[in-house]
Amino acid sequence: MNPPVATPFFFYLLAGTMIIGGILVITRKNAVHSALALITTLLAQAALYLMLYAPFVAGVQIILYAGGIMVLFLFVIMLISIERSMKERQFNKQWLVGGAAALALGGLFISVYLTTTKGKALFPEGSVTYGETENTQKIAALLFDRGAGQYMFAFEIASLLLLVAIIGAVVMAKKRI
Amino acid sequence: MGQILQYIQSYLDKDVKVTPGAFGNIYASLFWATVYILVVFGGLSVAVIAMNWLERKILAHMQVRLGPMRVGPHGLLQPIADAIKLLLKEDIIPAEADAFVFWIAPFIVVLAAFTVFVVVPFGPTHAITDMNIGILFMLGVSSLSVLGVVMAGWASNSHYPLIGALRSSAQMVSYEVAMGLAVLSVILLTSLQGPGLGLYGIGAGGQGSGTLSMIGIVQAQQEQGVWFIFKFFPLGLVGFFIFAIAMVAETNRAPFDLPEAESELTAGFHTEYSGFRWSLFFLAEYSAMIAVSSIAVTLWLGGWLRPFPNLLSGSTWDHVFSVIPGLTFLFFAAICFFNTARMPKHPLFKVQTMGLAGFGAVLGLIGLVMFVPAVSLRVGDIFWFSAKVAGFMYLYIWYRGTFPRYRFDQLMKVGWKILLPMGLALLILTAAMGMRTELWAQIQEVWHGL
Amino acid sequence: MTSVRGLGEIDMDSLLNITPLHYVVLGAALFVLGVIGVLTRRNVVIVLMSIELILNAVNLNLVAFSRYWQGMPARMGGGPGALHGQVFAIFVITDAAAEAAVGLGILIAFFRNKETVNVDEVNLLKW
Repeated sequence: MNPPVATPFFFYLLAGTMIIGGILVITRKNAVHSALALITTLLAQAALYLMLYAPFVAGVQIILYAGGIMVLFLFVIMLISIERSMKERQFNKQWLVGGAAALALGGLFISVYLTTTKGKALFPEGSVTYGETENTQKIAALLFDRGAGQYMFAFEIASLLLLVAIIGAVVMAKKRI
Repeated sequence: MGQILQYIQSYLDKDVKVTPGAFGNIYASLFWATVYILVVFGGLSVAVIAMNWLERKILAHMQVRLGPMRVGPHGLLQPIADAIKLLLKEDIIPAEADAFVFWIAPFIVVLAAFTVFVVVPFGPTHAITDMNIGILFMLGVSSLSVLGVVMAGWASNSHYPLIGALRSSAQMVSYEVAMGLAVLSVILLTSLQGPGLGLYGIGAGGQGSGTLSMIGIVQAQQEQGVWFIFKFFPLGLVGFFIFAIAMVAETNRAPFDLPEAESELTAGFHTEYSGFRWSLFFLAEYSAMIAVSSIAVTLWLGGWLRPFPNLLSGSTWDHVFSVIPGLTFLFFAAICFFNTARMPKHPLFKVQTMGLAGFGAVLGLIGLVMFVPAVSLRVGDIFWFSAKVAGFMYLYIWYRGTFPRYRFDQLMKVGWKILLPMGLALLILTAAMGMRTELWAQIQEVWHGL
Repeated sequence: MTSVRGLGEIDMDSLLNITPLHYVVLGAALFVLGVIGVLTRRNVVIVLMSIELILNAVNLNLVAFSRYWQGMPARMGGGPGALHGQVFAIFVITDAAAEAAVGLGILIAFFRNKETVNVDEVNLLKW
């Protein structure tokens, strides 16, 4: 099961796009530019999902995240005037402490990885690719199948969560409740 | 080198059953995928230009006038003249506009409209690639065009574009929901054949399980022997009806074109765009129309299948239907020659007359080539698919010439309060009809247990 | 082990062979970027977008692990149908959509009252 030849090239290209997009999201003054950078990151992530043989999650990412959530963000950015916020200071007073805390978190990740794996590989049996021809059907089996499906309850709870979110968003944005 | 040529030629073999994206050898796959990409996007550009001319002429004839007649015989060169004019116009950017976002917005819309064609199935092997998530990919990428619209309206830094962009994107997002529900009911229908019980019997090779792949959906219609528009009559028809309305609203066309109509909002979100940038929006709008029509044709009208594949089956009927592509082109050539004979006999019209005769000759030549059995076997699927999509394009133009415009609140009411409940009811009824034997067995069990 | 002049010996093989570690590092980097955004920016919309970055980093980890989990033997839960990570990622995306909707609704309500999108000004309950 050899991976395709161009895998490292595409991985580094997409990973670089995501990291640059992430940096642009947190440093831009203009919120619309941040939103555009986040859209780029999300689309690169969808491409990474395709590389990981997860086409259904990639499709869901494009439809929901890039085509739904980011549209919502852009709507809200357009509705609130951002000219005043662009002239104010962008980073708050605790930026030094905040940055140090985040970098300490990164160091924590590295130390956890090094102490738990102690130099061994993460998945010693390697990777077996079962191809992507049946990916949607297999996810549907996990969600809905009577015998093997384990996530039916979580699926119903997720629909309840979305109902609550709809009501919450409508109530929060109304002028007079 | 010879080996590469051999790989490339191996795809031309009659027994090839997959699209270039799934073909085994990497070199042949790359070559044929590139050829398909060039052909599809070239054909798309020609189709957009032809749509421009057709829209002006057909609208004109519906309004009892002639339309463009001067630039070339019967206005055939009018789109080219328009394209040259747009390319040569001055590029104006509003003063306080955000230049980067203003520049990138048309590209996002065009990207979204063109990338969709990667999975459109013109035939059982005539798609650039056949993704496992074909229909999901098409819906997702076409929803990216909303981003471009919002950015175009915001970056123009002016009132009309902002309101137009907000209205246009709200409309597109609302009708995407109705489209998704109609599409879902068809996806349920694709799982109906096979030894399994639909969702509960997922076997190897997709037997008994549904599929999201575009080619798979048409093959499901082929196996079930009926176009999904006629399945579980009238459920398929209602689903088609919901999608046909939602797709007109999704592409901001009449009668749902309030956000961009000239008499309402001075062209909405693309007010401040002129010249080449405006032509990008225009290109993207027509491509999006062709894309959603392709979805409708694939899901409900049987894709590349010829009419009556089961009722009128057999090799004689196959022969009869295989001469129809050639006859269509010969018919168009005959119309051209007829109009050539009716051209004014003035020396100044000589070039136009010869041009029209030449155009007719080209069409006739294509028609004669289509009679060759080898060509009509491979190309017949593409012809039937394109003919159905062309029917949808005519419907779009017909709607524009016939219906008055919806007001924006009426538009949103139709999308949320009429189409969405219809789509939900359709989904439940389709699922119930598809599982009717199991459902009836469960009801019997409960009834006898009481 | 190919050597690159000036940098000593670099193991090109481990750079060119994409292992789960690569995805873990990428996910961790995105997570840290998101955390920096949440902790240091004053604009509420950008804070919400940084939260989306964090959720995406988690999703990337989940999907990457589910791909490599398919190679594990079936007695440990692996095998061809073991796409638990991908299902979890779908739920996380659903969750992120719900949270973004409610968060932006709260933002609109707040903006209507105070005319600013500055996080530092959310201090009405301060003693």
